[in-house]
Amino acid sequence: MPQVFKRPVSLKDVPTHFCPGCQHGTIHRLVAEAMDEFGVRERTIGVASVGCSVFLYGYFDVDVVEAPHGRAPAVATGVKRARPDSFVFTYQGDGDLAAIGTAEIIHAANRGEDITVIFVNNTTYGMTGGQMAPTTMVGQKTSTSPYGRDRAKDGSPIRMAELLAQLGGVAFSARVAVNTPKNLMDAKKQIMNAFRYQVEGKGFSFIEALSTCPTAWGVTPIQANERIGGELIEYFPLGVYKDTAQWKPRIAPPAPVEQPGARAFPEFMNEI
Amino acid sequence: MSQRLFVKGNEAVAMAAIEAGCRYYFGYPITPQSDIPEYLSRELPKLNGEFIQAESEVGAINMLLGASATGVRAMTSSSSPGISLKQEGISYMAGSELPGVIVNISRSGPGLGGIDASQADYWQSVKGGGHGGYHIVVLAPASVQEMYDLTMLAFDLADIYRTPVMVLADSVVGQMKEALVPNPRPVTILPEKAWRVRGRREGTEQMIVKSLFLGDGELEAHNWKLHGKYDVMKENECRQELFMADDAQLVIAAFGSVARIAKTAILMARDAGMKVGLLRPITLFPFPTKAFQEVTLRCKKILDIELNNGQMVDDVRLSVARDAEVYFYGRPPGAGSLPVPEELFEQIKKHY
Ligand SMILES: Cc1ncc(C[n+]2csc(CCOP(=O)(O)OP(=O)(O)O)c2C)c(N)n1
Ligand code: SF4
Ligand SMILES: [Mg+2]
Repeated sequence: MPQVFKRPVSLKDVPTHFCPGCQHGTIHRLVAEAMDEFGVRERTIGVASVGCSVFLYGYFDVDVVEAPHGRAPAVATGVKRARPDSFVFTYQGDGDLAAIGTAEIIHAANRGEDITVIFVNNTTYGMTGGQMAPTTMVGQKTSTSPYGRDRAKDGSPIRMAELLAQLGGVAFSARVAVNTPKNLMDAKKQIMNAFRYQVEGKGFSFIEALSTCPTAWGVTPIQANERIGGELIEYFPLGVYKDTAQWKPRIAPPAPVEQPGARAFPEFMNEI
Repeated sequence: MSQRLFVKGNEAVAMAAIEAGCRYYFGYPITPQSDIPEYLSRELPKLNGEFIQAESEVGAINMLLGASATGVRAMTSSSSPGISLKQEGISYMAGSELPGVIVNISRSGPGLGGIDASQADYWQSVKGGGHGGYHIVVLAPASVQEMYDLTMLAFDLADIYRTPVMVLADSVVGQMKEALVPNPRPVTILPEKAWRVRGRREGTEQMIVKSLFLGDGELEAHNWKLHGKYDVMKENECRQELFMADDAQLVIAAFGSVARIAKTAILMARDAGMKVGLLRPITLFPFPTKAFQEVTLRCKKILDIELNNGQMVDDVRLSVARDAEVYFYGRPPGAGSLPVPEELFEQIKKHY
């Protein structure tokens, strides 16, 4: 009998630590499938963030560097510049990317680093017990917004996919969800598109994936999934916000000076 | 015959980095170290290297972390306020056992302080400026030649011990011009970077660069391992300069720029018939404890001089023989607070 469904080879055969109904696992799987389909696993270097996805190295069968909270895009920049032949992705939560790591994400995106960022937006800080995030909905109760997020004091939820699409270095930006089979298939397609930009060396690609956190939201997995399809997609519309390679080849540097014997020093350094 | 060049200390750092094989630099502008990124932004592209002016010092140190994780030689530089921002990344690099060179052309603080020569970052540098109880190697050049030689050494020590290494200087050494012999990179036997991430090819092990250890007993074992390395460094890597110390009745302890001023004061004292010498730590971590023990077996008076209110003096006191007396002279850094030789000579006369 032909096998029609199997574990992606980029994913390890281990149970995850995610809570029941958490969609981090589903998103992991889609990323791994895309990795398999592009055949990039053996040259992939993943950059893990700090949040519930910190154990990236435990689930993906690829080399991984763990970044400090929010700094994954800077770490990925260093990795990619040093090893331009590698396939580099970060996987970050909304606290990680949209709060503490805003400077790093904006500038990696604006420089047009050839990396792919998977941004998992569950409107809360899952790992630390469900505190308010920059993506928390107005009125949403969390452990640090017990009366609900107050727009007057806490601002409005940040829409990262739209925000990053403004930047010149961004080639691709899309928001996806995995709450229904149709959305899941579409999410896979957009992750493939994002990966293609990097495989072709065309600049920065960004996927925002809406995700559940039934534990912090204090709801059942089914209710959590319904919240995605209702309130969340309404505020965070799914779709492609940018799909154009604005990538330009870098200005060619001066021709390399390879003179191991006689080293050339700049003129102003007078010999004495 | 080797060339002799006339260069700035900061430029010597940049030249040494290139000679050491560093092709990746990440930094953010700050006085008085901007000559380093300026030099490297011009020279690295010619060598197919990468120069990134990062969005911040936080960005820069994490780019260093990422590049270093792939096994290449990479560097960042900054000055005190920027070094404070890098501390989280330095702690992660120490925890992840990543090599990397960090240059601090320090300036006066606290806060925005000023841009004058200062040694007020001694504690931050040698006691582990970030969280978690780690150390990094700290080298303290006192001349343009040492800026060059110690930067090259920094890359080797980083690779040998898998640790961040800091070159700690100030604007006196960073901004002055002196003669430099740009020695070629020394031949050092370096361990293979088997731990680096490179993409997990079929049949090879998965490489993970991390500082997270949650398994029972794992983190304790990791810390014992790190501290075991520090013990080996203390045994093998201490460096110091002794100047006229053999017959000295009073030995000045000073590092970096102020040690140069102290040397002039010592010569003034010698002219006056006073036997005064210098013990200049070159490695601030590991601290040359043995050298202080040996000197104080014979000479019972140490005068510690720093461009701060007294920091290294703590380590000097912990290192000297029990019956030795340790005096301190220092001034908080700032415009107009750099001591002149006559001032130090007065201190010598006071304690001799
Ligand atoms: C510098 C720093 N500040 C705070 C933390 C604590 N912390 C760990 S994970 C996290 C938030 C995680 O939330 P998110 O990025 O949304 O990921 P999720 O767990 O929701 O997937 C925080 C604040 C930390 N590890 N480091
Ligand atoms: S706390 Fe939330 S984000 Fe974290 S594993 Fe559980 S459900 Fe997922
Ligand atoms: Mg979250």
